[in-house]
Order: sequence, then structure tokens, then C-alpha cells
Amino acid sequence: MTETKREPLIHITKRASLPWYASWGIRGAAILVALIVCAIICVLTTGEKPLRIYGTILSASFSSARRRWVLLQNIAMLLAVGLALIPAFRMRFWNLGGEGQILAGGLATAACMICLRDVCPNWVIIVCMVISSIAAGALWGVIPAIFKARWNTNETLFTLMMNYVATQLVAFFIIIWEMPKGAGKIGIINQKDMIGWLPVIGNYKYLLNIIVVGILCILMYIYLNYSKHGYEISVVGESQRTARYVGIKVERVVIRTMLLSGAICGLTGMLLVGGTDHTLTTSISGGRGFTAVMVAWLAKFNPIWMIMTSFLLVLLQRGASEISTVYGLNQSFSEILTGIILFFIVGSEFFISYQIHFRHTAKKEDIRRV
Amino acid sequence: MFDFVSFIPRAVMQGVPLLLGSTGETLTEKSGNLNLGIPGIMYVGAISGVIGGFLYESSLPSPDAIRALPAILIPMCASLLGSLLMGLLYCFLTVTLRANQNVTGLAMTTFGVGFGNFFGGSLIKLAGSKMPYLALSASSIIYRRTLPFANKLGWFGSIFLSYGFLAYLAIAIALLSAWILRHTRVGLHLRAVGENPNTADAAGINVNRYKYVSTCIGSMIAGLGGLYYVMDYSSGIWSNNAFGDRGWLAIALVIFTIWRPDTGVLASFLFGGLYILHMYSPSGMNLAIKELYKMAPYIVTIIVLVLSSIRNKRENQPPQSLGLPYFREER
Repeated sequence: MTETKREPLIHITKRASLPWYASWGIRGAAILVALIVCAIICVLTTGEKPLRIYGTILSASFSSARRRWVLLQNIAMLLAVGLALIPAFRMRFWNLGGEGQILAGGLATAACMICLRDVCPNWVIIVCMVISSIAAGALWGVIPAIFKARWNTNETLFTLMMNYVATQLVAFFIIIWEMPKGAGKIGIINQKDMIGWLPVIGNYKYLLNIIVVGILCILMYIYLNYSKHGYEISVVGESQRTARYVGIKVERVVIRTMLLSGAICGLTGMLLVGGTDHTLTTSISGGRGFTAVMVAWLAKFNPIWMIMTSFLLVLLQRGASEISTVYGLNQSFSEILTGIILFFIVGSEFFISYQIHFRHTAKKEDIRRV
Repeated sequence: MFDFVSFIPRAVMQGVPLLLGSTGETLTEKSGNLNLGIPGIMYVGAISGVIGGFLYESSLPSPDAIRALPAILIPMCASLLGSLLMGLLYCFLTVTLRANQNVTGLAMTTFGVGFGNFFGGSLIKLAGSKMPYLALSASSIIYRRTLPFANKLGWFGSIFLSYGFLAYLAIAIALLSAWILRHTRVGLHLRAVGENPNTADAAGINVNRYKYVSTCIGSMIAGLGGLYYVMDYSSGIWSNNAFGDRGWLAIALVIFTIWRPDTGVLASFLFGGLYILHMYSPSGMNLAIKELYKMAPYIVTIIVLVLSSIRNKRENQPPQSLGLPYFREER
């Protein structure tokens, strides 16, 4: 009896490497397809011409100077959280606690602004804000890291839970500090004397935040690519066993990196509370802790590319929310569009790292080899 | 005296969506998929059910013409279908395309919550209906129907018999899942896939099929949690973001029960109790303290997570390959 060999229809192999233009081409194509799908959905729900929808998306971010500044500010804040997450992700520590670390930083900032306003001069308060927010964020980040390093506690779930602990802690203090009593919210802190508000450069409200994040981005790039710490992070991420073998103290790297990660998230919280919003709510981070996970991953954990991916995401979010305003749709419309675009980009990574061989193409190769 | 007769039924009703969500997530995680999309899937399950029920109710000539069987089956099938599609999407991205599970899951949650709130907020406008707001009271009454003699049994009736059928279904699903995981060959294979897919593959188990089936079934169960919430708990009235962070709480519950759906039955009621404890706290009108009470489920989860990792007993650990994609040629 002869046994017929059945070859599977599709055979998948890992690509060795792909030139950068090809991989970005694939991603670009994915975004393009995603935009087309989004446009179809927009047309179905609004009955508007597709081109006008794209026009609305762009006008949401570019049509006036104020909108351009808001765009830059949103990019900067998302980028800052992404920068915080990158070092942790590079060592395969899934820090999903950005949300909580931002809140911790924001809470510390608000505490300084409210409790020290009658005690110290303004510049002391601002210094206190910076230090305490960084410390609070770092503390929130390092707690899961200590348990991860010591007992290998699952960090994904731990950091996730820490978010909600922080949310409730903030909710607690909001009620303690609420202004006026019984309002259930703080309102603008120190609205009259602007104590603890970060200085405004020129007339541009958002410029300081943007500059801080820009510097942070460059520093992070240098830190990750040209410093010993950055190297250690990469080795731990590739293989903990290798890291131990070459004498890297993995536990120390994990804790140190999460201190850094939490600290930058805390600083972001400070920028949000002290720099732009001047208030504290439980939703001050606006989901950036989670969006930044996707932004960082899309940029392959590279700080410079992340400017592009944050730009893309912020542009789409603002555009989609503009569409929902203009056409009287629910604001959640933007989340649907963001989700769809992410699905496409996430899926496209497969075609970058793997190659598909169909049955007949495999045969041709065999013939050539013979 | 603490009012247990009114506290326990409310805790149970809070617990049922968590129980369904965590049972679904446990099945998913046992196959090695860490599905962080569960909160989104529960939203989709809820809104799909609402859409199904809405279409059925608005096709009726009058609200009195409603019949029990289609009023239950149409929302339920719609809910199952919606969450199944979400599960398939997650599987396609993470199993077939081997995408990162955390990123995919978070994207699914973004999408699902948006989907739920979008259709919840604009379904009436899109359908051009005359209803003032999205309320499926007629269907909900059928979902909430209890045994006819439950009211006559005093405290026993209100603690054990005062729930709609979905609550009992949730308990049955949890116990059945626990039994399948622990005592059947399918369950053994599923656990093998989650612990070490390479070994499972070598033993002739179809890894991808197990991941697909368990994740999709898990999603459908979680979707029922959303359906229960909207049809039973909140009387068929949809309000945006009312479901809140219960999806994450369901994921917390999975850890709390150390991946055991049968423990989940009581644990979910405990969580439900912790979730509403602030309403019963002796602090009276001090609202600030109530916010701290709401922290309790998460703190308890963290403690369990830490303790189970410190004790490091092998049967209490997360599935070993949790969160990792499987590619046969990558060893």
C-alpha cells in the first residue's frame, strides 16, 4: 500500500529579517486598509461621502492654531506615558499599570498644591510637586516589581489591579478635598492665585509640557541605546538566563527599571495636573496608560518611532471624535474606529515576522532545487 | 444588626456577571490565552443582547403581545453571537496571526466598550424608534421571573430563590466547567495546552483547535455575563458605562479563585459583596470612606496573587504558557 504524502495548503516560516522599508510598507498598507474599512463604517452610519469624512478627521487636528496645539499636547502626553512603558516592555515586564502610576503622580501633585499653598513660596511648591509626583509614580510602579523580582508574581495582573487601587485612592481624596463641599469634585485648584501651576512659556499653554516630553524622548533614546543600563534591560528581555550567566543581577534591573517607568508616569501625572488641567479627577489619564501600551508596541519599543505612532493614534482619536460631534453620533464612535485600526495594525505584524508559503509555491521551489 | 437577608441577594446579583466573566476567562486562560479583552467582550455581549431584544420588542404590535420564549432566546442568541465573533477575532489575531495577547486584548476592550456605548447611545436614533430611552422592560420582566412560590418562603426564598434563571445558569456553567477541567480528557488536554503547548503538540493534541474552541466558548460565557447585567440586574435599561470596571473585576476574580471555576461561585458572591459593601458600611454618610471600601476587591486580589506566588505551590500557579503565542517551529 502506498501512502500518499499530504502537504498542508499553507506553510508558515519565520522571516530572517525584513528591510525597514518593507516592514513599514506592510504597516502602512494595514493602516490604509483600516482607514478604508473605517470610512465604509462612517459612510454607513452617517451617509456622508468618504472624502469628506477624511477631511473632517484632518480638520479636527489642523484647522486652527488652538487645535494644532491641542494635538501636540495630546501627542506629548501619550508619548510621555509610552516612554515610561518602553524600558519595562523591553525587558518583557508587562507594565499595564501606567494608568495607576499617572494617577499616583497626579494625586501627589494635587496634594502639594492644596496642602502647601499657605505654607511655602510658589517655587518650593513646584519643586515639591516634581519630587513627590516622581516618588509617588515610582512607588506605584516598584511595588509589583519587587514582588516580581523576589517571588515571580505575575506582573501583568498585579499592575492591572494597582490601577484600580489608585483610582479609588484618588476618589477618596477627591471627596476629602472637594470644592465646594458636596460637589463630588475638586474643580480648578488655586484658580485665583495660580499657586502650584507650572509656568507658561510665552502665551503657549502647552509648550512647557511638549518641551519636557521632547527632552525626555531624546534622553530615553540615549538611555536605552547607549547606556549600560539600557544594554542590561535588553539582555534581561531577551533571556533572563543569559543575563544571569553574564553576571547581570536580574532582580536589580527589574526593580530599577520599574522605578524609572513609574517615575516617568508620575511625572506625566504632574504635567497633567500641574501643567494643563489644574484639577484632579479619576479619569485624568484618559486611558493613556492603556493606549500607550499599544503605541509603544506599534513602535517596536523605539522612542523615536513612537512619536509617529502616538501622532497617528491621537490624530485618529481626535478625528473620530470630531466625526461623532459633527454628525451627531455618540462620542464612543472614536473608540470603535481606534479599535478597528489597532486590529489591522496588530494583525499586520504577522506578515512582517512570518512568511506564508502556499502548497504550489513550495513545489516550484522543490523543482528548482532539483 | 447587619441585614443579611437584604445584603446577600444583592451581593449575589452583583456577583453573577463576575462569575460568568471569570468562568469564561478561566477557560480561556487554561488554554494559555490571557484575554484582556474580556471587559470589552462583556460589553459586546450586553449590547448585542439589547439589540436583539430591541429588534424583537419593536417588531411587536404592542408590548402585551410579548411571548416568553422568543423574548428570552432572541437576546440570548444575539448576545452569544456577538461575543462569539469577538472571541473569534481575538483567536484569529493571537493564535493564527500570533499577535501580542496583551495588545490585542487591550484593543478589544477599547473596541468593545466603544461598541457597547455607541450602540447603546445611538441605537434609538439609528433605528428611528419612538422610545424615549433604551429600555427593554417587557423582556426584562421575563428574564427576572422567579419561581412562583419564592416570595412565600420568607428569608429562605429571598436568599436562595429570588434570582432570574441566568443566575442559576451561571452557577451551573461554573460547576460544569470545573468538572470538565478536572475530570475529563478534554479538560486534561486543555490544561496541557495551557501549561506547555510544545509537549501537548508532541502528544498529538491540536493546540490551535483547543485554543480557538476554549477561547470562543469562554468569550460566549463572558458575554452572557453582560447580558445578565443589562437584562436582569439593571431591569433591561441600558445606560452608558454603567457596567463599569466589572470586566476587570472578573479578571481579578480568576486570580482570586486560582483558576478554579467552582471556587468562583462563592468567590464571585464574596466579590459582589465587597463591591457593594460600601452601601452597608457603618461609616454612615462619610462618602470618602466609601471610596476606600470599593478598593477591597482589588486589594484582596493582590494579596491572593502575592500569597499564591510566595507559597509557590505548583497547582496554584497561572498556566505556565499564559500570554505566550505558540509557534511550532520556534523552540
